[in-house]
Amino acid sequence: MSTNGKPKYKVIGTRPIRHDGVDKVTGRAKYGADIRLSGLLHGIVLRSPHAHARIVRIDTSRAEALAGVRAVVTAADIPPQGDRMVELGEGAVNMRHLSANVLAHDKVLYKGHAVAAVAADNVHIAEEACKLIDVEYEVLEPVLDVLKAMLPDAPVLNDDVRTDVMGGSPAASDRPTNVARQIIFTKGDVQAGFAAADVVLEREFRTGTVHQGYIEPHNATAMWNANGKVTVWMSTQGIFTARQQTAELMRIPVADVKVVPMEIGGGFGGKISVYLPPVAAALSKKTGRPVKVIMDRSAVFEATGPTPASYIKIKLGVTRDGMITAGDAYLAYEAGAFPGSPIGPGCMCVFSCYDFPNARVEGYDVCVNKPRSNAYRAPGSTNAAFAIETVVDEVCQQLGIDPADFRLKNGAKEGVRRVDGPVYSRIGMLETVEAIKASEHYQSKLAGPNQGRGIASGYWFNIGLKSAVTATVGYDGSVTLIEGSTDIGGSRTSIAMQLAETLGITAEQVTPSVVDTDSVGYTDVTGGSRVTFATGIAAIEAARDIQRQLVIRAAELWEVDPSTVTYVDGGVSGPDGKRMTFEELAHKLPETGGPVIGNGTSGKATQAGAFGTHCVDVEVDPETGKVQVLRYTVAQDVGTAIHPSYVEGQLQGGAVQGIGWALNEEYWYDDKGSMRNATYLDYRIPTCYDVPMIDTILVEVPDPQHPYGVRGVGEVPICPPPAAIANAIAAAAGVRMKQLPMSPPRIMSAIWERDAAK
Amino acid sequence: MRDFDYAVPSTLTDALALMAGASVARPLAGGTDLIDHVRTGRLAPDLLVDIKKLPELNRLEASPSGLRLGASVPCWKVIASTEISRDYTALVDSCRIIGGIQIQNRASVGGNLCNSGPAADSIPSLIALGAQCVIASKDGTREVPVEAFCTGPGKNVLQPGELLVELKFPARAVRSGSHYRRFIPRNEMDIAVVGVGASVTLDESGQRITDARIALGAVGPTPLLATDAAQALIGQAFDEVAIAKSVAAAKAIATPISDMRGTAEYRVHLVGVLLARVLKAAVARARGETFTYQPGH
Amino acid sequence: MAKKRVVSIKLNGDPVEFLCEPRQTLLEVLRDTLDMTGTKEGCSNGNCGACTVLMDGRPVTSCLVLAVEAEGAEVRTVEGVACGSHLAPVQQAFLEGAALQCGICTPGFIMQTEALLAENPSPTEEQVRFYLAGNLCRCTGYDKIVRAVMCAADKRRAAMDD
Repeated sequence: MSTNGKPKYKVIGTRPIRHDGVDKVTGRAKYGADIRLSGLLHGIVLRSPHAHARIVRIDTSRAEALAGVRAVVTAADIPPQGDRMVELGEGAVNMRHLSANVLAHDKVLYKGHAVAAVAADNVHIAEEACKLIDVEYEVLEPVLDVLKAMLPDAPVLNDDVRTDVMGGSPAASDRPTNVARQIIFTKGDVQAGFAAADVVLEREFRTGTVHQGYIEPHNATAMWNANGKVTVWMSTQGIFTARQQTAELMRIPVADVKVVPMEIGGGFGGKISVYLPPVAAALSKKTGRPVKVIMDRSAVFEATGPTPASYIKIKLGVTRDGMITAGDAYLAYEAGAFPGSPIGPGCMCVFSCYDFPNARVEGYDVCVNKPRSNAYRAPGSTNAAFAIETVVDEVCQQLGIDPADFRLKNGAKEGVRRVDGPVYSRIGMLETVEAIKASEHYQSKLAGPNQGRGIASGYWFNIGLKSAVTATVGYDGSVTLIEGSTDIGGSRTSIAMQLAETLGITAEQVTPSVVDTDSVGYTDVTGGSRVTFATGIAAIEAARDIQRQLVIRAAELWEVDPSTVTYVDGGVSGPDGKRMTFEELAHKLPETGGPVIGNGTSGKATQAGAFGTHCVDVEVDPETGKVQVLRYTVAQDVGTAIHPSYVEGQLQGGAVQGIGWALNEEYWYDDKGSMRNATYLDYRIPTCYDVPMIDTILVEVPDPQHPYGVRGVGEVPICPPPAAIANAIAAAAGVRMKQLPMSPPRIMSAIWERDAAK
Repeated sequence: MRDFDYAVPSTLTDALALMAGASVARPLAGGTDLIDHVRTGRLAPDLLVDIKKLPELNRLEASPSGLRLGASVPCWKVIASTEISRDYTALVDSCRIIGGIQIQNRASVGGNLCNSGPAADSIPSLIALGAQCVIASKDGTREVPVEAFCTGPGKNVLQPGELLVELKFPARAVRSGSHYRRFIPRNEMDIAVVGVGASVTLDESGQRITDARIALGAVGPTPLLATDAAQALIGQAFDEVAIAKSVAAAKAIATPISDMRGTAEYRVHLVGVLLARVLKAAVARARGETFTYQPGH
Repeated sequence: MAKKRVVSIKLNGDPVEFLCEPRQTLLEVLRDTLDMTGTKEGCSNGNCGACTVLMDGRPVTSCLVLAVEAEGAEVRTVEGVACGSHLAPVQQAFLEGAALQCGICTPGFIMQTEALLAENPSPTEEQVRFYLAGNLCRCTGYDKIVRAVMCAADKRRAAMDD
């Protein structure tokens, strides 16, 4: 649906076949693990069996003596960092922590923490050699729960962490702590707001640790050349951040590192931080040969990702007629081994779907003995949405208000100031609610007993950051498009389409390529729902650059003043009805000065953020507590859908990840801090037999900050599902679930409690 | 992966000689558990004896006297067998949910049994259907009822040098029916939280149960034959009262652990839920009604 | 170290011989020895389906097959699905239906779908979902994959009717 009289586009809104498609359906596309180099060695990382331990001694001599072993490295082979913070694109990172995460320094902080690595002639020898590395540990007590880790007598993970109190006030204590950060936001008069409420509801929530779950494990192949130049082939969401992290970790100039992007088999935020490139580089430096390191699936679960478990408390005040008067939120997120949970976005998102006249948000970033947390699709927002959106639903239930109407009354819109400060520009929260309310799904009747329907909304900022592209006009009328945004879900095509639209040519005339860090301008990560927006802007700029040059060429050919020539409708028009199409003019480039190359960058544009509202029908088996998702509809403000199929795909994929998070996904730790379900068998991401078709409604409220109104779409769709499903479960079974995942045993317990209370 | 040797004998005699050899030998059928266990270091064999080429272990013979199922016959052949689909439906129910389709194309029922997981999906069906294990060594053969085969998680009665050759099932009784179902959090690709298999035989009226065998998975160190739960049904009219008695008896022998797949309390509860559902389906099949198991639901 | 063995298979219709250790999986040999990297590794224990290949016409997870076990087998990988430069209906349907995002699971899905449609040319949605349950995709939410499989079934039937 379109909510405005949007202009008619020729390319935007169509569904061309993606440019990399044939390679990907024939197996020809080369992913990180597919690289072959002469003299290639294979690396394996030895990982800690303990969740918390001091490394007393590492003896690698037996491993080094094994035939076929070429090198062994430990943290001693990675240069020390000292205390320094480095800006890595999406924020400043403590390099000592990042380095200690790549190869443990004096302590291991989670089971699976990398301790050493071996390069050998094949993986089997490398594996055997790892078993021959003798590591003496002094095992320490682990702390695995966010609230327990905040207690004063909790085991402390990092000696160098003090609480960073936002707002400038000095840290409460100089003692080492697990509480790395405190955030407080306030707006209005919270006390007065609650006093004005007719209904005040306070609820506590818990969410489990979950993983991004991309099917391709992390990988990196590095070649440390004799001239000191390092080349890394890897699948990454950001070649430039990977380059910078690798350079900073190895303490070599950024210019000495080249990162070559391989195709990437999913990321969802989890392939931004580097794990393997420095290890592969150190092994390559020692051996003088290229070294490939690939994680196995258990390592992916135990040592990468995840997104944090959390404790959240929400207090909501509402008047009898359904107007929000005040909110109070307390959020504590697990950072994992090192500071850096998405507590910031969690605090900013928790009340972001509504106009809260008065609110207070308090958040904590807390270290626990789990892998260092990383971004996962709208990081921090889903946890928060689960909490606030179920409280909203419960309030609606108590007041007898339709939950869609409640959102229409209180929903965020242009001009509303978020609790954390920013004022919304043109956004489409209300439009997504209206779309759900008007949908056949929401209007339909449920088909049977034990079924229930729930809705929930969600928000994500969407970021801008920096992108660069270069586009070269071929003499045959084709355009090659060079970009630095790795393509995880069809972005080559959505960028090419924006270039094509601007030049008035077809998407098929454009050949996009994702190239290495030496071959294109700085480009930030494929993340933050930014690529179609920001790299799109860069492509549009490059197209405009081409337009300007073509106008001059045409003026030369026609021997007229360039000011009398315009680029319009896929060609140049001049005085007296002079006209040449893009293609005709391209043919004449050799005789008018040769190549035309357009450059485009994006660096200043910011996005307005995006909202989604989901509607789900579930059936709860009253005897087992198992939930079947029967029907699912996503409505999302997508700005302008460039390639609707891939926009729908983002909504569908996000929704299903959210369904997995809602129902079954969680890290299951024993009391020693060992993850017991580090396989796809027991870490249960949804199979296709678990979910229905996911219907989508593309609400198009163009973002004025993009020439075509693009809004990032990738992240929002994971936010609403857990809450929407919780609300549907409440409707179906009469139980309010306050812990994720809402697994069958938990729902059954809730049903038993419900029955006992009767 | 650990270094090991590989042999693919073509006669049972050769296979048994290899199994009795000096090195630590493991038979390799579908390998879907074994290869993973070697990779992760749970098992450390020196020799894998590929038993897929042995005629005795590839037997799939249904006759009026019963069914003989070679130990290396993959699940897909069990599912594809008209006779098994008609007369040993519980076994087909099991085979259809052992892993995904790809796993079923390799994994064998014999291997599932020899892996001896408490939650193995085929074992409750084998017990319910009264299957016997035929075990060979170079010194001869012996038979063991399936319910006596497993001795603990991953452990069974097989001695070094012994090989499971086949499973022998009695002929299906007139007016009998069987069913296996499990509870898993997803709809596919999980380990059973609880699995229940049952076989029932009805009298001529189709109302009274004349014989029954019930087996439970994932509620003890081994899959269990629930004798009392079956006895509670035999001679009774099949109704809610009989089901409730059977359920109570089945729950009484369930001694599950609490783990990431469910708490002990939840698992005991599921025994009751699943047994009631399994009995109704088995009785429906005994009556000649069509009951199609929709896994996960 | 265990003795290496010579194994003969038919790979995408062509006879192929290779030398391998008993501990090498079919997946490892396909990718590292035979340079057929279209078959992907996602989990190494048969749970994700990314390494699905057809062995004697039946889909298997090649991470759970030893290469030595493949002796004499006909193995088909994603590289053998297209007929020359003509994509198979399944591949075409995945392309047209936008049934892939990152694409790492796609070869496995394509092989599994090939097997499904050979066995059952007109599957219902339920049958498609059950048959593909051993193939994990984390990007698409499966909607467009299931639709592409149904569409491929139509294309194949139409091609056969011609």
